Amino acid sequence: MLAPGVVWLSVFFLVPLGFLAYQSLQSGSIDFGYAFTWAWGNYWDAIRNYQSHFVRSLEYAGIATAVALLVSYPVAYWIAFRGGRWKNLLLLFIVAPFFVTYLIRTLAWQTILADHGTVVNVLRHLHILGADGRLLATSTAVVAGITYNFLPFMALPLYVSLEQIDHQLIEAAHDLYASKWKAFLRVTLPLSLPGVVAGTLLTFIPAAGDFINAQLLGSPKNHMIGNVIQSKFLELTDYPAAASMSFVLMAAILIAVLAYARAVGTEQLTG
Amino acid sequence: MSATAVAVRYHPGALGMAWAFVRHHVLTVYSLLFFVYLMLPIAIVIVFSFNHPATKFNYTWQGFTWDNWRYWDGVPGLRSAIFLSLEIALLASLIATVLGTLIALALVRYRFRGRGSTNILIFLPLSTPEIVLGASLLTLFLNLNVAFGFWTILIAHIMFCISFAVVTVKARLVGFDRHLEEAAMDLGANEWTTFVKVTLPLIAPAILAALLLCFAISIDDFVVTYFNSGSQITFPLFVWGAARVGAPPQVNVIGTAIFAVAVIGMLVNVLIQMRRTRTA
Repeated sequence: MLAPGVVWLSVFFLVPLGFLAYQSLQSGSIDFGYAFTWAWGNYWDAIRNYQSHFVRSLEYAGIATAVALLVSYPVAYWIAFRGGRWKNLLLLFIVAPFFVTYLIRTLAWQTILADHGTVVNVLRHLHILGADGRLLATSTAVVAGITYNFLPFMALPLYVSLEQIDHQLIEAAHDLYASKWKAFLRVTLPLSLPGVVAGTLLTFIPAAGDFINAQLLGSPKNHMIGNVIQSKFLELTDYPAAASMSFVLMAAILIAVLAYARAVGTEQLTG
Repeated sequence: MSATAVAVRYHPGALGMAWAFVRHHVLTVYSLLFFVYLMLPIAIVIVFSFNHPATKFNYTWQGFTWDNWRYWDGVPGLRSAIFLSLEIALLASLIATVLGTLIALALVRYRFRGRGSTNILIFLPLSTPEIVLGASLLTLFLNLNVAFGFWTILIAHIMFCISFAVVTVKARLVGFDRHLEEAAMDLGANEWTTFVKVTLPLIAPAILAALLLCFAISIDDFVVTYFNSGSQITFPLFVWGAARVGAPPQVNVIGTAIFAVAVIGMLVNVLIQMRRTRTA
């Protein structure tokens, strides 16, 4: 019963990871062929030459995740506590962006943030942007795009954890003379932490590997490690370099996640 | 903040009530603004599907036209890209849902050796960045000299859909009352009849949900497909190629159509649920 699916995942997920590792330690060129030589130097080259791309990926993903958390927490709270019988309808609105093809909604942001678009004109008028200031092709646009595209991944787990909170616990806090704000800080927020952790991981991990937002909304100065991996694999056919970068990316994500786990407490991750 | 809140508690006068009113509605107003933000790009996609662009760049509003909808396949390659995406999504979601449902049933029902590692195997693809999934499959096919095309895309889509199917069906199975199956067996049904007549109807909504989820993920996938498509072009790949030279408004037409079908389907589901909870 288990076998067909497990075999499929093993052959087309685990085994390919092995091939990726094998490829990452090869040397040579596409014309003369690559050979396995335990070329650990690929990893050092990846880190040395593309350090700024790795840092930028983690930075953009980190900022986007933090913004997504701050922006969507109040809404998740509102739906969970005030949504009443409209809850499901409101959740449908939350996931609605997923029904528009990822690339098309990113292109829509291209339109919104375009030079001479309404948003840029208003910001220029308010002197938030200079007379020739731009939004498109900036890091702001890339981070904004990532934030928008992964927002439902953040909002849904937040909602689920807030929705499960027993309202009597909050009432008990009030009965014990906690102010509304204090009851939120001491009861609601800690109880919603599993949702915060789940949402953070679901947003951060795909965001760190993303290259679509940087490609469509940024300039080459904003390119992330995903852009490099993609072009090394598909345009430059430098497979060993691209493969080693993929592993460095995974290691970087893992380290970031572990550091985060330490900060919030491990029991939140497993529980 | 807390000082004001304390004041509300001890002096529930006009000021306190006004503050409570504002605070109550601040959250509502904020949430509504949030939804405006969330819907803004979707509105742009829909509006610009009716644009009549003067140049090949569909960025600024030029005028209203029905032409993009009337000649939705007026762009070379668009029609075949859509059909390829539909074909892949249909096959991938069907196969992945069958495989995923079987895994979910096994995981919830039976205690067996390797259950823990199976759970990890399901979880790992979900927590791996898409670019790594795509890249590792690419190296597999490259090293084994597999020709890229329809089959490599299909294999890849089934792979990343299985985990979603398992998680969806498992969620439903956890609250499953096994006494219903035992009752059927007591009444003389064999295992197969019990499965078809009792188990399957009960988990059917979850299977349907898994099917729809897999279909939606498959038809939207760009990254993994990009790495494993060879010269085949799915709809997202078509958009990617078109975006480099200026995407035609027909792309917005198809985007709007997919959105409309999905939202209407979900809306009907939500409304039925709402009616059910009201009568219950």
